Amino acid sequence: MRVSRVTISDVTFAADLSGALFWDEQRLLVVSDLHLEKGSSFATRGVLLPPYDTIATLGRLAAVISRHDPRVVIALGDSFHDRSAHERLSAEDRDALAALQTGRDWIWISGNHDPMLPRDLGGTIADEVAIGPITFRHEPTGAHGEIAGHLHPKARVSARGRSMERRCFASDGMRAVMPAFGAYAGGLSVRDPAFAKIFPANGFVAHLLGDRRVHAIAASRCH
Amino acid sequence: MPPRILQTSTEPAALLPDRFQAWFAARGWSPRAHQLALLEKAREDRSALLIAPTGAGKTLAGFLPTLVELSTQPLTRDAGAKKNLVSTGRSVQRSGGLHTLYISPLKALAIDIARNLERPIAEMDLPIKVETRTGDTPVSRRQRQRRYPPDVLLTTPEQLALLLSSDDAPFLFSSLKRIVLDELHALVTSKRGDLLSLGLARLWRLAPQMRAIGLSATVAEPEQLARFLVPQPDGKERAADIVVAGGAAPPVVEMLDTRERLPWAGHSARHALPEIYELIKANKTTLVFVNTRSQAEMLFQNLWSMNDDGLAIALHHGSLDVAQRRKVEDAMSAGRLRGVVCTSSLDLGVDWGDVDLVVNIGAPKGSSRLMQRIGRANHRLDEASRAVLVPANRFEVLECRVAIDAIAENAQDTPPLRTGALDVLAQHVLGCACGEPFFSDELYGEVRTAAPYASLSRQDFDDVVDFVASGGYALKTYERFARIKQDKEGRWRVANPKVRQSYRMNVGTIVEDDMLKVRLVRSRGSGAGSTGVIARGGRLLGEIEEAFIEGLSPGDTFVFSGEVVRYETLVEDQVYVSRAHDKDPKVPSYMGGKFPLSTYLAERVRRLLDDGRAWGGLPEQVRDWLSLQKDVSRVPAVRELLVESFPRANKHYLVCYPFEGRLAHQTLGMLLTRRLERARARPLGFVANEYAVAIWGLGDLSFMIRDGRVDLNALFDPDMLGDDLEAWLAESALMKRTFRNCAIISGLIARRHTGEEKSRRQVLFSTDLVYDVLRKHQADHVLLRAARADAATGLLDLRRLGDMLMRIHGRITHRELDRVSPLAVPVMLEIGRESVYGEAADELLAEAADELVKEAMDRSG
Repeated sequence: MRVSRVTISDVTFAADLSGALFWDEQRLLVVSDLHLEKGSSFATRGVLLPPYDTIATLGRLAAVISRHDPRVVIALGDSFHDRSAHERLSAEDRDALAALQTGRDWIWISGNHDPMLPRDLGGTIADEVAIGPITFRHEPTGAHGEIAGHLHPKARVSARGRSMERRCFASDGMRAVMPAFGAYAGGLSVRDPAFAKIFPANGFVAHLLGDRRVHAIAASRCH
Repeated sequence: MPPRILQTSTEPAALLPDRFQAWFAARGWSPRAHQLALLEKAREDRSALLIAPTGAGKTLAGFLPTLVELSTQPLTRDAGAKKNLVSTGRSVQRSGGLHTLYISPLKALAIDIARNLERPIAEMDLPIKVETRTGDTPVSRRQRQRRYPPDVLLTTPEQLALLLSSDDAPFLFSSLKRIVLDELHALVTSKRGDLLSLGLARLWRLAPQMRAIGLSATVAEPEQLARFLVPQPDGKERAADIVVAGGAAPPVVEMLDTRERLPWAGHSARHALPEIYELIKANKTTLVFVNTRSQAEMLFQNLWSMNDDGLAIALHHGSLDVAQRRKVEDAMSAGRLRGVVCTSSLDLGVDWGDVDLVVNIGAPKGSSRLMQRIGRANHRLDEASRAVLVPANRFEVLECRVAIDAIAENAQDTPPLRTGALDVLAQHVLGCACGEPFFSDELYGEVRTAAPYASLSRQDFDDVVDFVASGGYALKTYERFARIKQDKEGRWRVANPKVRQSYRMNVGTIVEDDMLKVRLVRSRGSGAGSTGVIARGGRLLGEIEEAFIEGLSPGDTFVFSGEVVRYETLVEDQVYVSRAHDKDPKVPSYMGGKFPLSTYLAERVRRLLDDGRAWGGLPEQVRDWLSLQKDVSRVPAVRELLVESFPRANKHYLVCYPFEGRLAHQTLGMLLTRRLERARARPLGFVANEYAVAIWGLGDLSFMIRDGRVDLNALFDPDMLGDDLEAWLAESALMKRTFRNCAIISGLIARRHTGEEKSRRQVLFSTDLVYDVLRKHQADHVLLRAARADAATGLLDLRRLGDMLMRIHGRITHRELDRVSPLAVPVMLEIGRESVYGEAADELLAEAADELVKEAMDRSG
């Protein structure tokens, strides 16, 4: 597989097709917006979405972890869809999560969906983490060297009457917003004004997650 | 076979009370045989299907039994009327429920029929109260109707479902004597028909004495349609009596004998514009039918530009603003229009007296459909309808020719009765639980009295109930969130009032394409892709499918509402366009009609091609075209599949001619492309039309076939509907759309939430994601089964594709050519004109990325 790269503040990351970023030098893997138990969260309100989203998300997470064998994993916030989501985790899902954490450092960054993470999930809980020139936090502020999530960027590209929409990384080389990793996490178009606030006027690039590689396309060309 | 009644055995005088005879006589009418026949059926307490062409007085026939019966009822204000009287303060009301229900597919039709009924009721001074109930009926009136129902209620299948789910249902319906189902042939072909059939099953239980009258155009299998009207006994078939109205003059249909050169491809019929214009000019009122909205737009625009006589010509299609449509309809009824360019939006509906010519542009698609359209031309039974067919290309000439022959033989090709859909059943089960609590055993028995569900298995039924209750998942984690619950006796009831409220807001089976409002604003210049603020507001032109807009880039031009417009930007659910001055739009936007070529006409086209002697009935240009094909390649025989391969401009082409309609061909093209990819033929894309599929690629297909590396029999083997189909369905956008519709209809997700209709952009999850997850973790889930059943006949037309593959198995004839054949030209011309299918994400994305690189390089250079 061809490895696609995204550079942020002079640090080069491998952009994984799953929507994770891998920092080779640090053996550090970042995923954002897992939204575990989103399905059951809807179920409490009478929308009975298939209850397999947590299994699906953890399965994809296991695959990307086994690909890169990271020393550190950062879950960049909104790992759980609501405040009590972790209580609804099945025993199997809990075990699967524990297995992923074994032998590596695990950092839960809190997000707006999961501001009060419990202590019994394994790993460390933090509001943000800074490593070298890079700061990891959930909600983007537009600061230099920031890698954030929260917005769930997606982009649509059209050509010859056909069009295609994919999740994407949004980056201008100085900062990045990561795609949501969760199986049921929706997306927000990179043309939404929310992105203009983070990236200064001269534009940014959407790195779309294709089937076999990541495609870099100017956000101004997307819709 | 049930008896078909053409004549009554009873004297008219005995069937028709004096008051009615006098009324007929005063108008200079005499009751028609089929009207009397329905009266006789009513007297014999039988349900009946009336098959009659438009203009036969069908509606009056349907209502006569009710009017006659009610004409003798005691007046409600009579003091001694009945024991069950309720004082409402000012007057006294009967507390009885409805006598007759009338169901129409269109609310406009229900309202129009109510108006028409008022006249005989007033003129004969009958003590009958008629009311309509549609989505537009004010809440206060709806409440009153439930408390003090009229004698006759005219409504739609959705409103019936709503009424059945209310606590008032037993009161409203237990007195019901009759239900009249209008345009039944149109209703039963869709999920609305499934919903209606389930409503009927409920009514049969509430009102066993109820009898049905179905009103229908001519169909291929009247006995099957007649089953819809009576409860089906366990394991057997039963049908209502059939009454056929005779006496309609056969229509006069001809094909436009154009003076111009017949186009090889395309659907615009632009070559025939002056001739179409002359037809409009020479007649009083002409309906010009086309198959798609964009064709309507294009044709209207072109006619308008040549309208030197200032003829009043209007445009009518389903995407236009409702107010605009109503204006056209009113002008039409007032006789102020000379021509209306329209789509299937006018296939059904309100009668307009004075249409004297129907022009059908393009492919007729099916003989029954065409006959119904032509029936719009003249609503007086004894005069022949007149119609002119205008083929837009050479293949359509063949289709028009066989359609005219089929009409002469009165050969019908309406689709067979549906098998009831499971998503609709889920909606109905929830509706039942909203009313009285039910036992599974009883409801299962009831549901199977509905003809479309007569062979429903207990397993499917139980799975649907389980789905409605807690999602139907193998992983049982949602029991505590169940929407319906069983009480101690085992009766199912709704878990809480919110569930009931949500059901009421989402009833119905019509899932609209996501539509965006189109507004005309002033152009902000050519800076495609810039994000400058444009003037908001702008005149509302109508609505357009979101899927179409998604395929456009800002700056692209297309035709809408009769003019060429430029796509500026999309904000929320509003598309902003500006007037473009281009003559030709950049994006053709022919998205194909809703309906593919019927199997029946396809078969006739193949027979026509195979029978050289029959070519005499074709225009000379078409004969020459076919003769040339015979010389350089081969004209396909009836049962075989002709496959041609040839090189052209550094690419290699494979063209086949299954004649199975665009939908099945698209699926075929997709699957063949996958297989050729595996055979390393390096396919690049394909295009499909109603008659043929063309695939092109880099590999030398002729050589590979000769060499045996591509075995055509294996390539077209029916086993492509196995693994290849599976793999494709996993990612197919069409399949995902099908699933979404099922998810909405079944109530998994709500179209509308309590209080307000949420903007689609606020939906917090995507059904595509749900589809992916469910497919991987519970592939046999009932919703996926429902979606698959839809795929068999809907957007993917799998059943037809399967039938074709079986038919041609071992009968493939291959011709290796050194250049494109005459028969291949039409489909080859579609390349670049139609959007090219193929769902390879990376290629599209890579192309977009390459363009970016090119742009960047150009700038620096």
